[in-house]
Amino acid sequence: MSLARSLFALLGLVFLLGVQGQSVQAQENLDALRPLVNNLAKGKYDETQRQVEALVASGDPVVVPTLKALRAGDLYVRKADGEVFIATKGGKGYLLIDPLTTENAGEAGRRDVSKIKVNNRLRRVIDASMGSLTLMAADPKVRLAAAEAVFKAGDPEGLEPLEAALQKETDDDVRLVMEQARAAALLNSDRGDSDKLEAIETIASIGNRDALSLLIGVRDSTEGALQEAAAAAITKIEKSLAMWGNAQNIWYGISLGSVLLLAAIGLAITFGVMGVINMAHGEMVMIGAYVTFVVQELIRNSAPWLFDYSLFIALPLAFLISGSIGVAVERGIIRWLYGRPLETLLATWGLSLILQQAIRSLFGPTNQQVGNPEWMSGAFELGQLTITYNRMWIIVFALLVFAGLMLVLKKTPFGLFTRAVTQNRRMAASMGIRTPWIDALTFGLGSGIAGIAGVALSQIDNVSPNLGQGYIIDSFMVVVFGGVGNLWGTLVGAMTLGVVNKFLEPYAGAVLGKIFVLVFIILFIQKRPRGLFALKGRAVEA
Amino acid sequence: MMNKLTARAASLALAGLMGTTMISGALAQEETIKVGILHSLSGTMAISETTLKDAMLMLIDEQNKKGGILGKKLEAVVVDPASDWPLFAEKARELIEVNKVDAVFGCWTSVSRKSVLPVFEELNSLLFYPVQYEGEESQRNVFYTGAAPNQQAIPAVDYLMNEEGVERWVLAGTDYVYPRTTNKILEAYLKAKGVAEEDIMINYTPFGHSDWQTIVSDIKAFGSAGKKTAVVSTINGDANVPFYKELGNAGIKAEDIPVVAFSVGEEELAGLDTAPLVGHLAAWNYFQSADTDVNAEFIDTWQAFIGDEERVTNDPMEAHYIGFNMWVKAVEAAGTTDPDAVIDSIVGVSVPNLTGGLSSMMPNHHITKPVLIGEIQEDGQFETVWETPGLVVGDAWSDYLEGSKDLISDWRAPMSCGNFNVKTGKCGGSEG
Repeated sequence: MSLARSLFALLGLVFLLGVQGQSVQAQENLDALRPLVNNLAKGKYDETQRQVEALVASGDPVVVPTLKALRAGDLYVRKADGEVFIATKGGKGYLLIDPLTTENAGEAGRRDVSKIKVNNRLRRVIDASMGSLTLMAADPKVRLAAAEAVFKAGDPEGLEPLEAALQKETDDDVRLVMEQARAAALLNSDRGDSDKLEAIETIASIGNRDALSLLIGVRDSTEGALQEAAAAAITKIEKSLAMWGNAQNIWYGISLGSVLLLAAIGLAITFGVMGVINMAHGEMVMIGAYVTFVVQELIRNSAPWLFDYSLFIALPLAFLISGSIGVAVERGIIRWLYGRPLETLLATWGLSLILQQAIRSLFGPTNQQVGNPEWMSGAFELGQLTITYNRMWIIVFALLVFAGLMLVLKKTPFGLFTRAVTQNRRMAASMGIRTPWIDALTFGLGSGIAGIAGVALSQIDNVSPNLGQGYIIDSFMVVVFGGVGNLWGTLVGAMTLGVVNKFLEPYAGAVLGKIFVLVFIILFIQKRPRGLFALKGRAVEA
Repeated sequence: MMNKLTARAASLALAGLMGTTMISGALAQEETIKVGILHSLSGTMAISETTLKDAMLMLIDEQNKKGGILGKKLEAVVVDPASDWPLFAEKARELIEVNKVDAVFGCWTSVSRKSVLPVFEELNSLLFYPVQYEGEESQRNVFYTGAAPNQQAIPAVDYLMNEEGVERWVLAGTDYVYPRTTNKILEAYLKAKGVAEEDIMINYTPFGHSDWQTIVSDIKAFGSAGKKTAVVSTINGDANVPFYKELGNAGIKAEDIPVVAFSVGEEELAGLDTAPLVGHLAAWNYFQSADTDVNAEFIDTWQAFIGDEERVTNDPMEAHYIGFNMWVKAVEAAGTTDPDAVIDSIVGVSVPNLTGGLSSMMPNHHITKPVLIGEIQEDGQFETVWETPGLVVGDAWSDYLEGSKDLISDWRAPMSCGNFNVKTGKCGGSEG
């Protein structure tokens, strides 16, 4: 429906633009265009493409709705007479709209019309040609998109409309892109070398990969001064891109590090502080992700406007649910096994399998759909760096969780008790601390944090019963590397591993990169068995 | 030799003749023909294989409504190999030796198939394998109803090359046998088509890879060399979601760099936010959107059977549909479920597939199928943008790999060989 509406809006725009002329002439134009439009339905993609080009060559913006509909897959041909219509589903069949006049043209049964197929190549062609048709639109956003499309196409045909549009352009941002688009089109045209040299300069100033790709084309197809200029510009861009590449690797590393930190930070408490080898840690993360799924599902069904806040609702719930499962696990299983690491390991591993299968039976084995809220989708450009919002927010979130946990452990009575119990259990007990309860709550805290991590990870990974498995090894690696019993170690460990991994990956590949990191940790542990930030003092020996 | 014809007077004589009749514990009940289902219902592969178990149960149920085979009802025997490869072999043995099944439908991953091969050979039973795979295999006891590389990968590359004008290729896959072999074949194929070495980028990632930032930015960089670029993805199931998400977030659209996937089907898309995937491609032999009466009926039966009107169908389900019907027809033609008789009678059997054609079992135990290229739609379905003009014969041995291109497979007498070398004129492949 909204598509139909936007079509009408666009149509209104088109009318404002150019068709105000005499209606008689407009009618004649339409009559001339009609066979071209109907030809769109004849033949395969190659043929359709030729017809699209013919339509665009008419230069009449009245064809824009037709092209837009074709691109969106809403253009249908009536089997009976070969007439082409814009069709939207309605009732038992389709509602037909005349593509040129956009007047209602009746209805058709499901089987009476067939869709005109469109593939990616056709869409590119349509985008490019629509660009040159909408360069003079009233809305600067439309003009900007048009200029970008023309830039991408780099078609010399677009040069003239572009220059005409430039004359009238008032918006500086649009103007800039139009200049760049003009340069791109110019490079492919048969204009003189001096114009082209200027164009190379314009393109070089963009400095991104698109520019690089254009210039490589110029370098490979020309000779003499042009080629030299292009080659020089390419070297310059490549140099700056290599620098940005390093910045990008660091960013990716921090981003991976923050994911590792989130996954490991709960474990840093249960394993690091309490010394429990908890193989079911990953499943606590998984449960957190499923809580997000359930919350989103409820919101979708009953209060869709809340969707953008779904994660904030899921966070406390995930903490509580994973946390209480953690407390139950500690009370039910782990407290009987203190001091017997091997049995703890086996018991929690068994528990992890039980939890996985329970979720599988409850929700089914397939992935569950967890959507990204609006503010976590998309990306922005920082120089030549593409920063995606979901990664950025996860970094922020990981640091917040870390800071929060630090606060709890350092500034609250509960934190004090926890540290007291883990440092010297008997002394703490003598001072009147109920150590069993502190154990249970600490384990619950670690599990709750894992649940929170699950909410964040649901945004970048699959929500399936296997979610946790992917993180358990990495989490242990981070905690052991960072130094058991030290939260700062976990932070530095996670970030180091993330960055090292991301710098290795472009050279060694993802598989080898992972192996190298593992070997590196093994060697490191040989040298410093207690990790980066080793605890000192008598507590260590206890 | 195993035979399960028992009790009925008519078959008693035959049974006595064979002398090895197994009498199962269920003799007291009505005599049935048992069909084994060997799909993981727990562990990592449960996500894909559980559906196939249900599809088999439905097919068996439907056949029973039609009166079974040879006047007997079918009985499904379901086991759970739990995504554990060695356990597949144990469970296969259990199905054949303890449960006395007459045919087994199952396996998903290549490694699970390789693990059960010796069992089926030793106990001489039948396995119908419904998943697209890397080829380079043809075994007397196995029927490959999924696609061989020439029924999926190569037509997909042809489409990109001819229809989308792609000149630069990223072959991205998960690091295991199917992607590695498929990419080896594709690389050889592309080079044979005149694609230069530097225009091919090959990348492998571990199972369940979730951090795609580096690879996506590599693909972006690779794609900005002034030539049209596409990604051919053999990335396995689960890792696809974060991959497409990263592509979407990095602003790479299907019009810029299309991704054609061989492991992403309706079932995988059902659990996904499809927004970042729209316009990307997949190559299969069947799409749920196929507009035929037989497909509409199949979907209705399936949704009624599973009790969920949203449940989707997918390519491996169609493969089981074809394989099961072929087996039924072959058993009826042979008049017995005896594996040797079925192996002889099944070659040449043709049954309708769901896309409106007839698929036949070829002498190399692969089948003929149409190849469809579909674009992912917002509702998680595919729209066919291209299909092969006719059916493609599954090729067990790739024509583009050294050592494999001289091999053919023909299980009919007198050749009866899965890897006959036409150069040396001997059975036994390139090694032997």
